[in-house]
Amino acid sequence: MKNPLITFVFVGLLLSFHNGFAEPVKIGMITTLSTKAGYLGEDIRDGFMLAMSQENGKLGGIPVELLVEDDDAKPEKGKQIADRYIVKDGIKILTGIVFSNVAMAVVPKVVRENVVYLSANAGPSKLAGDGCSENYFSVSYQNDNLDEVVGQYVTKVGHKNVYLVAPNYPAGKDHLAGFKRYYKGAITGEVYTKLGQADYAAEIAAIRAAKPEAVFFFLPGGMGINFLKQFSQSGLNQTIALYGPAFSFDERLLKAVGPAALGVKNGSQWSHDLDNAANKQFVAAFRQAYGRTPTLYASQGYDTARLIGSALQAVEGKLDDLGPFKTALKAAHFDSVRGNFSFGKNQHPVQDLYIREVVKTADGEYTNRTIEKVFENHVDAYAAECKM
Amino acid sequence: MLLLAEQILNGLQLGITLFLMSAGLTLVFGIMQVINLAHGSFYMIGAYLGATAFAATGSFFAGIAAALCGSALAGMLVEFLVLRRLYYREHLDQVLATFGLIMFFNELTRMIWGRQPLFMNPPSWLEGSIELLPGLIYPVYRLAVIATGLLVALLLWFLFSRTRLGMQIRAGASNRQMIGALGVNIRLLYTLVFGLGTLLAGLAGVMAGPILSVESGMGESILILTFVVIVIGGIGSIRGAVVGALLVGLVDTLGRAFLPMIFRIFLDNAYADGVAASIASMAIYILMAATLIWRPRGLFPAHG
Repeated sequence: MKNPLITFVFVGLLLSFHNGFAEPVKIGMITTLSTKAGYLGEDIRDGFMLAMSQENGKLGGIPVELLVEDDDAKPEKGKQIADRYIVKDGIKILTGIVFSNVAMAVVPKVVRENVVYLSANAGPSKLAGDGCSENYFSVSYQNDNLDEVVGQYVTKVGHKNVYLVAPNYPAGKDHLAGFKRYYKGAITGEVYTKLGQADYAAEIAAIRAAKPEAVFFFLPGGMGINFLKQFSQSGLNQTIALYGPAFSFDERLLKAVGPAALGVKNGSQWSHDLDNAANKQFVAAFRQAYGRTPTLYASQGYDTARLIGSALQAVEGKLDDLGPFKTALKAAHFDSVRGNFSFGKNQHPVQDLYIREVVKTADGEYTNRTIEKVFENHVDAYAAECKM
Repeated sequence: MLLLAEQILNGLQLGITLFLMSAGLTLVFGIMQVINLAHGSFYMIGAYLGATAFAATGSFFAGIAAALCGSALAGMLVEFLVLRRLYYREHLDQVLATFGLIMFFNELTRMIWGRQPLFMNPPSWLEGSIELLPGLIYPVYRLAVIATGLLVALLLWFLFSRTRLGMQIRAGASNRQMIGALGVNIRLLYTLVFGLGTLLAGLAGVMAGPILSVESGMGESILILTFVVIVIGGIGSIRGAVVGALLVGLVDTLGRAFLPMIFRIFLDNAYADGVAASIASMAIYILMAATLIWRPRGLFPAHG
C-alpha cells in the first residue's frame, strides 16, 4: 500500500524528428512521497518536473528521462532503490533524497560507484566535511546554514538570552549547534524533547517560568505545528520573540498553522518573493502548473534540474566520462532562483541567506516575506575539513 | 509553586485525553477480547471530520457533532465488516487485521484530504488564556478540555452503574457466556460497545484538533500511551482507565518538566539536559513496569 512504484517517463519528442532515435539521459530520483513528510518529496519532484516540462522533456537541450521512487523515509529502502537504479537502469545521475539519515545510507556508497549525486534537500555535516566527494554536490544547503543565519540575526537584533528547543536526536543537536555557532548572547535553557512529541505544554510552562527574550526552535513537520499552535495559545507569543529555521514555515505547513505563526521570523536560502528574473518566472510557472505557491523544497528541485541541464548542455549529453560533466556542474552556469549561487571547494553552495517573516496576505493566506539578507556568499562551517 | 500548579494542570489535561482514548479501548479489550490497534485511527477520523466540519460551517459544535457521529459510525462499520470475523480467531490475527486497518485509514485520509496537515483553531470563545491565580496563566481551551473530560467521566459512571445497558456491559466484561445464555443480544451489544469506544476516541481527536496538528498518522503516537494506560489501570476496567490515564498524564508531564531541574543539581547543565530528556521519555514505561511488578493484573482488573 505504501510503496507505489511511481515512474514518470518523459521522452523528448522533437528530437526523434532530427536524429532519428536518441536515448534520453536517465536521472534517478529517490525521494519521500509517502508518510507524513510525503509533501516534501512531492514538492522536490514537482519542481524538478517543472524545469523539464518547460523544455518539453529536455534539460539543457538534451532529452532526459526521470525515474522517481518513494523511499518511505527509510534508509534501507533508499539503498535498495539506489542499487536498482545503478545496476539495472545504468543510471549515472541521482538526486532527490529528503532526509539526512537516508542520504547518509545512500550517498557515501553511490559516490564510490562512479555515480554523481546531487542533493536537492538533505545536507548532513559529514558529507560537507571529511566525507566530501567529487561525485557529491549539494544544491540545497548544508543543514546548519538555516540555523546559522538565525543565530547571526538574533545576535544582531540584540536579544540577550534565548531558550532553545529541539527533538532529542542527532539532527536536533546539529541544528542547535548551528544556531549557537553565530549566536553570541546567553542561553537560558536548552530542552531536548522526545522525537515525535505532540504536546509541548510542559516545555511551554517552563519557558514561561524562565522568561527568555527569545525562543529558537527546530521541530520539523507536525512537531513544529503543534509547538507553534500551543505557544500562541499560551499567550507567550505576545511577549517572547520566536525564531526557527525555514523547515517549520514552508507555505504548505503555514496553511495548517495559520495565525499561530504570524510574525515568526525564520531563516532560509530562498523565498518566493526574492527579486530576480529566474525566481519570478519560476514562481509564476509553478503556481500555474500546480495551483499552489512553491516551497523551498520545490525551489531546490527546480534548481537541481536546471543545474543538471546546464552541465548536460556543456558536455552535449555525453556521460561516458563523468569528468567534464562534473567540471561543468561545479561551474554552476545557470540562473538560480536564489540569485547568487556558486559551489565552494566541498561542492556545497556558497550563497546568500535571508531572514523571512510570516505575514498575512490581502486574501487571508499566510506566507513568508523576506526581511533582510543576513549573510552574503556564506560558506558552511565544515568546508575546511574537506580534503578535495 | 505556580509552575508546579501549571504543570499539574498540563498533566491533568493530557490524562483526560488519554482517558477518553483508553476508556473505549479498555471496554473493547475487556468485553470483546479483541486487540484493536486501529483505535488511534478513530481518533484521527474524529480530528479530520471535526476540522473539516468546523471549517465548513464555522460552528465548533457542528465540528464536534460531525466528529462524534463520524467516528461512531466508522467504528460500528468496522466492527460489522471486519472485527466480527475475528472474535474467535487468535490475538495475532486480530493484531494483523487491525494493523492493516491503521494503514488503510492513514492512506485513506491522505487520499481524501491530501498530505498537508489540516488547520483547526479553537473557537473564538475559547481562545486565549485566563489568569487562574495571580501569575498562573492558563489557556482557556485546555481548561475546557479538562472540564469536558470530567463531564464524560461522570456520564460514563452514570451509564455503567445506573443503567440497564451499563449493567449488561459490565456483565459482559465479567462473563461473556453467561450473559449470552441469559438472552442478551451479544452481537448488538458488541457493536454498540465498539461504537461507544470509537465515539470517545473521536471526541478525544476533535478536542485535540486545535492543540495538535491534524495529520495522517496522528493516532499512532497516542495509541502507545493508551495501551500503557490500560495495562496500568487493568484491562476492561473504566475505573482503571481513569486512574491509569491521570497517572500517566501526570508522570509524563511532571517528568518532562522537573527532571531536568533535578538533574541539574548534581550534573553539569548540558549533560543533565540530555540525561533528563532520556529518562523523562522512559518515565511512563518505568511506571508501567513497576505497576506490573506490584500488581501484575493492573490496578483495577475487571476480571476477578
